[in-house]
Amino acid sequence: MKTTAGDPHPHPHEPAPALRRAQEARLRTAWTPPRGWRYWSEVNNTHVGIWYTATVFLFLLFGGVLALLMRIQLAVPDNDFLAAETYNQVFTVHGSVMMFLFAIPAFEAIAVIFLPQMLGARDLPFPRLSAFGYWCFLLGGLFLAGAIFFDAAPHGGWFMYPPLTSRYQPDIGADIWLLGFSFIEVAAIAAAVELIIGVLKCRAPGMRINLIPLYAWYVLVAAAMILFAFPPLIAGSLLLELERAFGWPFFDPRGGGDPVLWQHLFWLFGHPEVYIIFLPSVALVAMMVPTFARVPIVGYGWIVLSAVGTGFLSFGLWVHHMFTTGLPGISLGLFSAASEAVAIPTGVQIFCFIATLAAGRMTRSVPMLFTLGGLAIFVLGGLTGVMVAVASFDLQAHDTFFVVAHLHYVLVGGAIFPIVAACYYFFPLINGKKLSDRLGTIAFWLMFTGFNVAFLPMHLTGLRGMPRRVFTYPAGLGFDGLNLASTIGAFILAAGFGVVAWDLVRPKRRQPISERNPWRAGTLEWLPGMPPEPWGVRSIPEIDSRYPLWDQPDFVRDVDEGRFFLPDADELTRETLVTSVIDARPQQCLRVSGPSFVTLWAALALGGFFIFGTFHWWAPAIISAAAALGVIVYWLWTATGLIPARATKDVGMGVSLPTYVSGPQSVGWWAVFITMLADFTAFVSLVFGYFFYWTLHDDFPPAGAGPGWRWPLGGAALLLGGWGLTLLGRRANARDRAPLFYSALAASTALAAAGGAALILGPWRSGLDPTKDVHAAIVWVLVAWTVFHAAIGIVMNLYCVARRLAGRMSARHALEIGNVALYWHFVALTAVITVAVVAGFPLVT
Amino acid sequence: MNAPHPSHPLHERHERLWRLAISPVIWGAHLMASYATAAVWCARHTRDGSLGPVRWAIAAYTVAALAGIAWNGLGGLRRHRRGTESPPHDFDTPGDRHGFLGYATVLLAGLSAVAVLFAALVIVFFKDCR
Repeated sequence: MKTTAGDPHPHPHEPAPALRRAQEARLRTAWTPPRGWRYWSEVNNTHVGIWYTATVFLFLLFGGVLALLMRIQLAVPDNDFLAAETYNQVFTVHGSVMMFLFAIPAFEAIAVIFLPQMLGARDLPFPRLSAFGYWCFLLGGLFLAGAIFFDAAPHGGWFMYPPLTSRYQPDIGADIWLLGFSFIEVAAIAAAVELIIGVLKCRAPGMRINLIPLYAWYVLVAAAMILFAFPPLIAGSLLLELERAFGWPFFDPRGGGDPVLWQHLFWLFGHPEVYIIFLPSVALVAMMVPTFARVPIVGYGWIVLSAVGTGFLSFGLWVHHMFTTGLPGISLGLFSAASEAVAIPTGVQIFCFIATLAAGRMTRSVPMLFTLGGLAIFVLGGLTGVMVAVASFDLQAHDTFFVVAHLHYVLVGGAIFPIVAACYYFFPLINGKKLSDRLGTIAFWLMFTGFNVAFLPMHLTGLRGMPRRVFTYPAGLGFDGLNLASTIGAFILAAGFGVVAWDLVRPKRRQPISERNPWRAGTLEWLPGMPPEPWGVRSIPEIDSRYPLWDQPDFVRDVDEGRFFLPDADELTRETLVTSVIDARPQQCLRVSGPSFVTLWAALALGGFFIFGTFHWWAPAIISAAAALGVIVYWLWTATGLIPARATKDVGMGVSLPTYVSGPQSVGWWAVFITMLADFTAFVSLVFGYFFYWTLHDDFPPAGAGPGWRWPLGGAALLLGGWGLTLLGRRANARDRAPLFYSALAASTALAAAGGAALILGPWRSGLDPTKDVHAAIVWVLVAWTVFHAAIGIVMNLYCVARRLAGRMSARHALEIGNVALYWHFVALTAVITVAVVAGFPLVT
Repeated sequence: MNAPHPSHPLHERHERLWRLAISPVIWGAHLMASYATAAVWCARHTRDGSLGPVRWAIAAYTVAALAGIAWNGLGGLRRHRRGTESPPHDFDTPGDRHGFLGYATVLLAGLSAVAVLFAALVIVFFKDCR
């Protein structure tokens, strides 16, 4: 192992036992969760991650039961176990639950627990954001899953195609789907922000970008994908809900809309989503394979290529879900090519795993059984994926059980098997006990056999012509035996899941505590003793290797004795280190938030807006939205941007770090930037909608139809003025010129209000009626989006004024105004693009 | 962890993580430009379903994209070959970190170039909008 000369070394002498005990007591005070009912105010990543994971597993079992109901119905021809309408609800909820309430949150849940441990961080930078995300997820998930018990669940398929889900299904089911999932997507984006900043800024010192665990690379890619994949769906859901609730005809050809736009927006989300599920699961494999092969991963750089390359290419595949919509052949060809190309990076990582196993000596274990079984299943799914990527084959297989078989091979092999493997692998880190090897082996063979018996015949069922989503079929078409086999297989698979579930929940009191690092892994998450202490890592180590537990001498001893960074919590508060992006140089000692119920209140209030909105109870919905704003402002006011008592802090090993950082070095600035990237992507999706309509209609935008150019141009000019004045305010604050700061922000607020009003007056005064035609509707949406962002900008300006008045912001402690100025850059860009589109584009056509 | 002097070319402040993404972004731009050109032409301009200038446009995009990817990939190769460090670049040194980022850039450029060529094949196989 070669390291840089002059690297800091752990303290050469063992600290006095009394000092160690005192440090441990203080760390325990800071990190131990509250007791009793207050436990639920905990925000630490480990606890939130465990709740998250447990909830996700319950939703998996729920989705599985729905699958069994479907298989019972399809076991024999002309069955009447489920009525057609019930069957529609069951398959819609099955798909939706598995995608939105199991697969994506499982990634977030597992990452929230283990990412900080793999990086040697005590916590992620925004623990309350994780907790808020969890509560949003739980609330939205219960709302959605519960609807089926009231016969009110969505029933238009998990991808909600209009016009089926608009004109033909006026009941509440689709509203529950659209608003419930929009709410849950808030949780997903919150988790993405947290995880990206975790990987980039919270690594143990010395963990250079070429030394980070592969899991972190995958999480970085998958979280970044969430930022660009979810917003198109949020934008699409907004449009579809506006059509359903208010009759704005975005997808209705009678008003000039087009249902194909929904398909574009949905699959712009839906295809990357498959990889958002797959990449973090294969990341777990990348952590387990070296442990059981007893050698470092072969082809680290190639796996990084694989993760990053797949992340990008997966955004060029969405049209392969739309091969039968009548798009020009050349368009199909482009997306068919991209769909074939993505097989290259996907395959590369699998070869790297095989090479690693070949280079080492694989030890037998339950996690490896599930890993290898999962890879075998996934490869079969990948191969049928290459088949359906060929447009001419897809035309035959589209909407048949062949596709059902394909997607289950990909997702069960690529996600569920690796996740179960990870359960067996990581379980000792949760409560210090191992799961049973015997039960695990039984579960594996039940699941592997059951899965193949259930899904292999479906390829043939599909090729013989059985369509998806039909609630029954007549006898004698060649489907009977195949369907019965699938049903038998489904129950064997379910029995395997039952065994895993029992192994997880069975009482383990008499079972001995596992040895430390039971699999003899080389990565940091295996540092904790058994059972783990609440602080995560006893002292934050200096990293010199990709596998520090294997390579760094006396590593565990030095960590345990507190010879590295932050061995103490002298202020009895929770702290972790912030480091630089490339070389993980320590930059800040960050105090992270402790337990609070504010995250739960914020989620309940925001949930109220979405849930009341579903029932069109507008007054309570608006009150909930106002309450959410109030709670979030209270949360920010009391827990963020706090001015620490000491400007710098000795973190050990002779390093002293600042405790307050603002601007691009701060994690808060990164959080705003990343959130706004997602927000801006949703806006771009709406703009895409505008130009999509332009390609459809010769008279789009209609000649002479509003909003004219005077009001929009005036609005944009005023908003740009507001932006400039906020930047002036930031500068005035930095120079401690308080009167100028207050006047600049007051003027910015006034200009923003006037700009918003001017933007509204454009379509208003020209009489654009959004219910009449799609041009008016999309113009109103773009204008409303911009005005809403200006309104948030106003709230932010006022917040900064209040912070400075209260003495919580100053020239040196300027986190808030730095972040608000960053936000205003996006408002300015949004305003310019909106006006260029709605007022400028009609002039040039 | 001990950093070279900030003026040293291997100091982390000269390193840009997003350089990794340049080639895949070029691939994305090529795909979107080709798609948009074909979609707008076929939806609004063609009268008889012929592709007209679309194939030439995609050919031009392809040359431009490959040139951009080659530039990014060669830059990565230069960084990868700098000094004496060689793959797997798993040492805790600024040289290995630098070489690793260069190496990953080269690999991503290679993948992007292949993906661009895959997409460009449409101008070989398609003669009209259907």
